[in-house]
Amino acid sequence: MGTSGVPTAPGTSRAAMVARQADYWVTAYRRTWRGSVFTSFVTPLFYVVAMGVLLGRYIDPARADLQGAPSYLAYIAPGLVAAHVMQIATGEVTWPVLGKIKWDRTYLGMVATPLRISDIVAAHLLFVLFRVATTSAAFLVVLAFFDVFASPAGALGAFAATLLVGMAFATPLYGVSAGLKDQSAFAVIYRVMIVPLFLFSGAFFPISNLPAPLEAVAVVTPLWHGVDLTRMLTLGTLEPGPALVHLAYLGTLTALGWWWSVRRLSRRLVH
Amino acid sequence: MAVLTALVRPRAGWSPSWRLVSRNYLAHRRSKVFFLTGFLEPVFYLFSIGIGVGQLVDGFEVNGRTIEYAAFVAPAMLAASAMNGAVLDSTFSVFFKLKFEKLYDAVLATPLRPADVARGEITWALLRGGVYSAGFLLVMLAMGLVSSWWAVLVVPATLLVGFGFSAVCMALTTYMRSWQDFEFVQLSIMPMFLFSATFFPVTTYDGWLRWVVEATPLYRGVVLCRELTTGAVSVASLVSVLYLVVMGLVGLRVVSRRLGTLLLG
Repeated sequence: MGTSGVPTAPGTSRAAMVARQADYWVTAYRRTWRGSVFTSFVTPLFYVVAMGVLLGRYIDPARADLQGAPSYLAYIAPGLVAAHVMQIATGEVTWPVLGKIKWDRTYLGMVATPLRISDIVAAHLLFVLFRVATTSAAFLVVLAFFDVFASPAGALGAFAATLLVGMAFATPLYGVSAGLKDQSAFAVIYRVMIVPLFLFSGAFFPISNLPAPLEAVAVVTPLWHGVDLTRMLTLGTLEPGPALVHLAYLGTLTALGWWWSVRRLSRRLVH
Repeated sequence: MAVLTALVRPRAGWSPSWRLVSRNYLAHRRSKVFFLTGFLEPVFYLFSIGIGVGQLVDGFEVNGRTIEYAAFVAPAMLAASAMNGAVLDSTFSVFFKLKFEKLYDAVLATPLRPADVARGEITWALLRGGVYSAGFLLVMLAMGLVSSWWAVLVVPATLLVGFGFSAVCMALTTYMRSWQDFEFVQLSIMPMFLFSATFFPVTTYDGWLRWVVEATPLYRGVVLCRELTTGAVSVASLVSVLYLVVMGLVGLRVVSRRLGTLLLG
């Protein structure tokens, strides 16, 4: 892409440039993974048991219109996975990105090498993808014991869908973080964006339960598209039309986010 | 010498700790957005779980009377957000001041004593929490989720929850070695939030599990708030009050002593 203006050895492919950063990310994760175990794996399981299993006893799926789910647990499970993936992806591109620019300045070290800005962004986002994939896979494996999947293919499809959800949040928020002066915006992002999305994007109840104006807002949020896509796959109720809309929405968000992230980080570090 | 001490040392009791409260007020004066959004979180939970999920649930029986699900969840959100606010203020923020900012070293170089620090920090946390609770109670009133005059006591009740949690968590914070240890705080707060009869009645559990839930401080806070907003108050409510008062006093005693040994000893 050459956006950084830093000279690059001719003939180096993106893959080769990203692979050069593998050591860094592997070392960093080996030192910090313990702290992520609780937030990644235990918290979502608590939600499944508390809301899905225990509260679910009081919800009659036949009477409450749960979009074809046989139980409240089966309804809520895909929503919780998608929402959780959003939170993991967000966590990896907020404080860590600003930290690598401002506090530990890892990125500054990286741009002093032949790495291009887009290589640095790509490697960071690949790491986010790794975090999203491991979290989602672990969550889905645990859910398999609760018998919430219509078919194994649906469970695999749901896994792929959550990867897309993760990236649809990671790339635009990476762009946001890359341009921030200080961290105070993150608390606000969490409280006015991530928490409301978690609560109102159809993870816990059908958005048709919301008042009409709020339902209209929910329909345009990325998490609702992610939740609905994941849910159609786990319940085996996939409809091609809506599924394509979800894919196009999340895919576009990811692509635009990627482009914007590279641009914002270039401005921040080079110009 | 006695004259000098009398001049320099502020009056005993709660008044010296107000100096720390006013210091915290000055330090936080600019973060208005932060304050406002802190109030929003329990309201979001109420609208989502109480109203959204509430349309899927028939409502629960509290003291022989069936109430709608939102009225069941709302008082629990009050207690839970009192807990969350108290825990955040007394763990992360106190740890930062203690280990990195060295704020208390500076404070103890003045006539303030360790007990004043403890009381000051707790008072500060309670003031914030009290404002949030009062605001939340107004939201509940506007939504018709309050069915008794006892509800006016719900703000003091949340202050009691805040007192119990902030004193004990601040005491625990004095034993923490690094940020990693806060994982244990999350590990106990999170399950309490989800399982302390916040979203469903305690009768969901049976046997020893129910005993465990009933013995958690958040459960005491949740039932107390729920009894007040629904008017199901009885002599048994005093058990919760006593539990939280004792919890707070024990925490306060430990933290005063610990700050003394850590910083002056």
